[in-house]
Order: sequence, then structure tokens, then C-alpha cells
Amino acid sequence: MKVFKAGAAAAVAAVLALTATACGGSSDKASGDGGASGGAKDKIVIGIKFDQPGLGLKTPDGKFSGFDVDVATYVAKELGYQPDQIEFKQAVSAERENLIANGDVKLVVATYTINDKRKAKVDFAGPYFLAHQDLLVRADDTSITKAEDLNKKKLCSVTGSTSAQNVKTKLAPEADLLEQGGYSECLTGLENKKLDALTTDNSILAGYAAQEKNKGKFKLVGLKLSDEPYGIGLKKGDKDLQTKVNAALKKMVEDGSWQKAVDKNLGPADYKAEPAPQITEGS
Amino acid sequence: MFDFLDSGQYDVLGAFWVTVQLTLYSAVGSLIWGTILAGMRVSPVPLMRAFGTAYVDIVRNTPLTVIIIGCSLGLNQTLGISLGGGTFKEIGFRLAVLGFIAYTGTFVCEALRSGINTVPVGQAEAARALGLSFFQVLTLIVLPQAFRAVIAPLTNVLIALTKNTTVAAAIGVAEAALLMKEMIENEPQALFAVFGIFALGFVLLTLPTGLLLGWVAKRVAVKR
Repeated sequence: MKVFKAGAAAAVAAVLALTATACGGSSDKASGDGGASGGAKDKIVIGIKFDQPGLGLKTPDGKFSGFDVDVATYVAKELGYQPDQIEFKQAVSAERENLIANGDVKLVVATYTINDKRKAKVDFAGPYFLAHQDLLVRADDTSITKAEDLNKKKLCSVTGSTSAQNVKTKLAPEADLLEQGGYSECLTGLENKKLDALTTDNSILAGYAAQEKNKGKFKLVGLKLSDEPYGIGLKKGDKDLQTKVNAALKKMVEDGSWQKAVDKNLGPADYKAEPAPQITEGS
Repeated sequence: MFDFLDSGQYDVLGAFWVTVQLTLYSAVGSLIWGTILAGMRVSPVPLMRAFGTAYVDIVRNTPLTVIIIGCSLGLNQTLGISLGGGTFKEIGFRLAVLGFIAYTGTFVCEALRSGINTVPVGQAEAARALGLSFFQVLTLIVLPQAFRAVIAPLTNVLIALTKNTTVAAAIGVAEAALLMKEMIENEPQALFAVFGIFALGFVLLTLPTGLLLGWVAKRVAVKR
């Protein structure tokens, strides 16, 4: 009985702790909203991916790492926010426009390809990175050298993603395409030889190949199947912020921090990133 | 607002047709599997009862997403089971149906077991007194009455199954939810229109099912 009571007490304590953190979370959000309205508030909320190694990853100990995170941190610094004043919020691909439009985040730095349909709802700064759709194959596989080779191959991508649609409609309509919920699920099949290739932006692939547990197992084919200029998403019509972010990105490239961030996060995969792209948005 | 539909890029009807197919195959399969499970749970053999109870309790309490992804990652990607399918399209569909049957069968079983409880004990006793075996009592006397009592609950299971088929998108079955993901990825400006189309699609699938089977349930229910 005593054990039971102790357990119950522990459970109550846990619930209280959880509610307490929940409250903390919501007050953070409130101040984030204040930040989005443009005042010099104490926090900035930035949307990133939480599940893409090398670009935007939340580690089990609650820290964030990756190229997008480094860019976000640099831009925030230029806007007057120290690293401890940044709150990272998960920006799932399908929700990015709404997070921005609703003011939940001020910036989205989340492998966000600039295109016209998205520009109807949000504005971009940048681009700060030029990625291409590419293939990840097993390190010893040399059978794929061009897009047409894919027609007889088993291919994997993420459900509904642009890369998956590209394959279906343009690149290799006859390829056997498996759409999984996430790229990690694809890696299982690739390693077990049930799949021949995993396709998406080369930056994302490089991030996976560079992961400690995957080192030496996979390689990038190095095809440029599409152009994916990544921009920083921000509220539509906020020219002031757009100009500031563009200036920050320019400075990041000029002072060498950009190259350093690329080398640090994507370098281990033997991935040759393109030089920083010219900024085209908002000019 | 709906002009993106005119581009011919999205086969909404085709996607819903896959949803319907998934539902039908899974419904038939889980009805059979659920009936077998229910038979096990009321059988006089302790081992069968134990298996039925353990299976239902474990599978019913496992999230469907876990089961479906387990089918794809575990059965197919790791163990290489393809259920006779050649392409990922076929394999994914079959694995999804397998997962839905395994999962929905437990709900059919429990609904059916409640139906068996509505059949007065005297019926089974009388049948046994006539010298019928357990199997005969179950199939000739008890189950026919039980089914008539549980059409309404089974309708709910079927409607839940129809909606659950969207989970198959997680392993790449090209049904409605997968197309919705694609459309949201491509047409962020029409988010609510896209959502509305698919919500309406599922209402059109499930509402008539509910009305029709509700009417049938009233017609065939055993008045006691």
C-alpha cells in the first residue's frame, strides 16, 4: 500500500511538473508573438526542422544542430538576438506557411525551397543555399549514373514530397517508388538492399550520410535533378525584415561563417556544396 | 479557389477509389478474422481462449500506425515478405490490408462477443441438449443471432476502418490521405480548399454507409 501511495505521489508530481512546463511553453509563445509584431522583445521564435541531421536536428538532450540552425543563429544575431534568446519551433513542411502567416514564428529556416506558389502566401529572404535533388545509394553501388537508370530501380522518398512527385511525373515514371513517412525509414530498406536509392535534396542526403552511425555505408551519386534554392520564410509584406535578413545572409557569406557552417555540418559526407547563391529575393 | 483541380495533376477520384478498395478488402478480411477470434474467445478449449484474449488485448492496444509501419519496415524491408506483390505499390497495398485486418479484426471480435452475450443461454443449452457439437451450436444457433444484434456496432467499426485507411499513407499507399499530402505540399495557398475536399470525400463515404447499415440493423434486429 505504501508503495502504491508513493507511486501515486510521484505520478501527481510528474503531472504537476508537466503542467508547469506546459505553462512555461505557452508564455514563451506569447513573448514570441510579441517578437513577431516587430518590437525589440527578448525572444525570437524561429521555425526549423527537428528531424534532419546536418540541417536542422533536435538532439535527445534538447540541443539543436545543423546548417539551418547555424544560419538561423547567425541571422538572429544580426537582428539583435543572442543565441539564448532564440526559441526554435518545429516547422513541419506542410505547416510552414501557416506558422508564418499566423505569426507563430518570425522566420522559417527549414530547407524551404523558394517557389511562386509559396510566395503567394509568404515572402522569402535569400536564397542562402542552393540544393539539388540527388540520390543516396549504398557505398559500393555503381549501377546508377543518370536519372534514366532509375526506371528499373527501387526508389524511396518521403510521402507527398516534391522529390517523390518529381520522380513520378518527370524523372523516372517507371521506377518502383516507395513513399515512406520519413527518410530514416527509407535508410532501413536501403541498408537491407530492399531499396536501391533514396532521393531528395542533396543537402538532406548528405546530412544522413554524415551521421555517425551511417558513416561509410552510403554515398551521394551527385546528380543535379532539380534546383532547390533555400530561402528564409517570413511574413508576407515585411520588407523591412526581408532587407535585414538579406543583409545578414550577405554578411554571413562575406565573413566566411557561411562556408564554415557548410563544412562543419555537411562536410563529413564528402559533399561538395555549391558556392553561396546570389540573393535574389526582395531586390 | 478550386482552380488547382482543373490542372489535371491530381486524381482525387482515383485516390478515393484506392481508399474504397482498401476499406472493402480489409472489411471482408477483418470480418472473417474477427469471427474466428470471437469463436476462440468463447470456445471450451482453454488454450484457444487464452490465445484469443492475448491477441485481442495486445493488438487492439497497439496504435494502428505502429502496426502499419511495422508491416512495412519489419515484414517487408527487413524480413523481405512481399505477399506476392512485385512493385512497392502492390506490396504496400497488401501489407496495409494485412495490417488493417489484424487490427480491425480485434474490434469485430469484441463487437461479436457482445452480440453472443445477447443470445439467451437457454438457446445454447437447448442446442446442446439436441446433441449439437460446440462448433454446430456456435455456427448454427448462436452466431446468426449474434450477428443480427451487432450490425450497428459493426457499422461503427466499418466507419472507423474507412477513416483508418488514411494511415496507409504512412507506407506510401496512394490513397486519399497521400494525395492530400501532395496537394498541401504543392498548393499551400489553397490549404483549406484541399482539406475541405478530403473531409467531404470521407463524409460521402461514411455517411451513406452509416445510414444504409443503420436501416439494415433495424430491419434484422432480433426483437426480444
